[in-house]
Amino acid sequence: MSSATIRQILLITDGCSNAGEDPVAMSSLAKEEGLTVNVIGIMDEGDEDERGMSEVQDIARAGGGMSDVVYARQLSQTVQMVTKKAMTQTIQGVVNKEISQILGKNQAMEDLEPEKREELMEVVDDLGETASLDILILVDTSASMKNKIPRVQEALLDLSLSLRSRQGENHYCLYSFPGKRKQVEKLLSWTPEMDSLKGSFKKLASSGVTPTGPAIMEALNVFSKRMKKGSSRDERAYIEESGM
Amino acid sequence: MREPTSKNQVCSFRSGQRITGRWHGNQYLIVRLLGEGAIGKVYLAKKGVQSVAIKVARESMSISSEVRALRQVSKVQGISLGPFFIDMDDVSSSSGTTSFYVMEYIEGEPFLPFLKSRGNEWMALFLVQLLGDLANLHKAGWVFGDLKPENLIVSHHPFSLRWIDVGGMTKLGRSIKEYTEFFDRGYWGIGDRKAEASYDLFSVAMLMLNRGYFHRFEKTGLDGRKQLVAKVKQQPVLDPFSSIICKGIEHRYDNALEMKRDLLDVLQKEKKRSALSRVKKKKLLKQSKKVHSPSNQVQTTKEKKYRGLYETLIFASFLLLLYILYLVG
Repeated sequence: MSSATIRQILLITDGCSNAGEDPVAMSSLAKEEGLTVNVIGIMDEGDEDERGMSEVQDIARAGGGMSDVVYARQLSQTVQMVTKKAMTQTIQGVVNKEISQILGKNQAMEDLEPEKREELMEVVDDLGETASLDILILVDTSASMKNKIPRVQEALLDLSLSLRSRQGENHYCLYSFPGKRKQVEKLLSWTPEMDSLKGSFKKLASSGVTPTGPAIMEALNVFSKRMKKGSSRDERAYIEESGM
Repeated sequence: MREPTSKNQVCSFRSGQRITGRWHGNQYLIVRLLGEGAIGKVYLAKKGVQSVAIKVARESMSISSEVRALRQVSKVQGISLGPFFIDMDDVSSSSGTTSFYVMEYIEGEPFLPFLKSRGNEWMALFLVQLLGDLANLHKAGWVFGDLKPENLIVSHHPFSLRWIDVGGMTKLGRSIKEYTEFFDRGYWGIGDRKAEASYDLFSVAMLMLNRGYFHRFEKTGLDGRKQLVAKVKQQPVLDPFSSIICKGIEHRYDNALEMKRDLLDVLQKEKKRSALSRVKKKKLLKQSKKVHSPSNQVQTTKEKKYRGLYETLIFASFLLLLYILYLVG
């Protein structure tokens, strides 16, 4: 189990999708492929967009992940917390599957006696610490996000600090939507070093289009390519082949 | 901050509600809500006549995780600060199953307000106590993690420092489970979030800094270390501790005992200094008496007053010394 890999999509947005496929449907599809979709909504101080916020929750629910809606200044702490919690949840899901195979249907960790649960929690903790983690980050870069981008960058660097403190390996890649010419644009290929994202956000689209659905769709493609490659550790070779 | 949305359990009890554990069968009477945090809620309750604290969480598994930490703390020899673990169980209701755990109820004052109303020596005293326990915790292979004033409480008779939340406890060498930005070296860009002794010692240093700035400040600019050191120097209240705080911030302590030793040194120096200044005052008083001999009577009463104060102070510092010896010994 030490070579287990957890695959997550982390979506950071400040509003509602308004172009392309339905993001909730795309998120369900991602879940079917074994991915987890976490969504973080950024709201402006004093302005809570209810429609956008309920979409945030719906996408995460469909993608089997976590969601939270926060102000930009709370972004760092939220991003790392949501990511870690979602990891734990994924591992618990795997453990629960094993349990129901042994103990019968509809049995989960919660149904065990408290002392056994504690022991299982130790296993879950161990796995969370040592598992490899692949995160594909999707950042909404539509016009309204412009002043929030520095906070997003800060939060992503903070996330890599938290994850780097784990024993397991981490790999990140970064896409923005809408892109300059395409709906979704690659800013950073798979890399173990998030530090290289500094400066990736220089060129931002100024359009008001938010193609969240297509962005998740693209994330799915990127992941399925990566999974086909298997657990190839040679990142450079991989990047060359998948370069778009 | 709100908890990320996922499968949540009901995590509220009512005052006056009776709950019976599904597995161990213990009965509890909920008295009132004590506090609410990111993970869940804590209630005051009665188990028979005994007052206890009951914690419920939005996620059942975070209860298991905390109980594991609590049990670990109670296994470590020489730790007196953590709450005693009493019970963990589930309670079923029409709206589902709720997991909870029961611990000793610690009555007391919040840490920072207590320090506000009393002198610096109390902070030093409590931190000496805290560092002693941290040393034992680290030796046993654990790091406290989320060390902040809100997780500390001062209980009375006698005044002593206690931990009330061990949710951040992490095995040495792993990634810190829970943290609060002001007390987190990662936030200030001065280190990673690996569970090491120096992670906790950084938080202890920030605890002292928080005593100088009751309103916590945010990181401005890129160099967090520089900002913090400047803040230490700017606040006169922190003067006696400034070198200790800076050493903690810069990870120049290898273990908690070193930091504790430095604090004890400061305590002793402070005592000597204040005694010295008192003697000086007395000398000055005598001199002024010689000069203004006509108002003799007024002076004598004044001196009497001072002598009374002086004796009280000596007595107080003697008591404090005894107390320190009691804690350290």
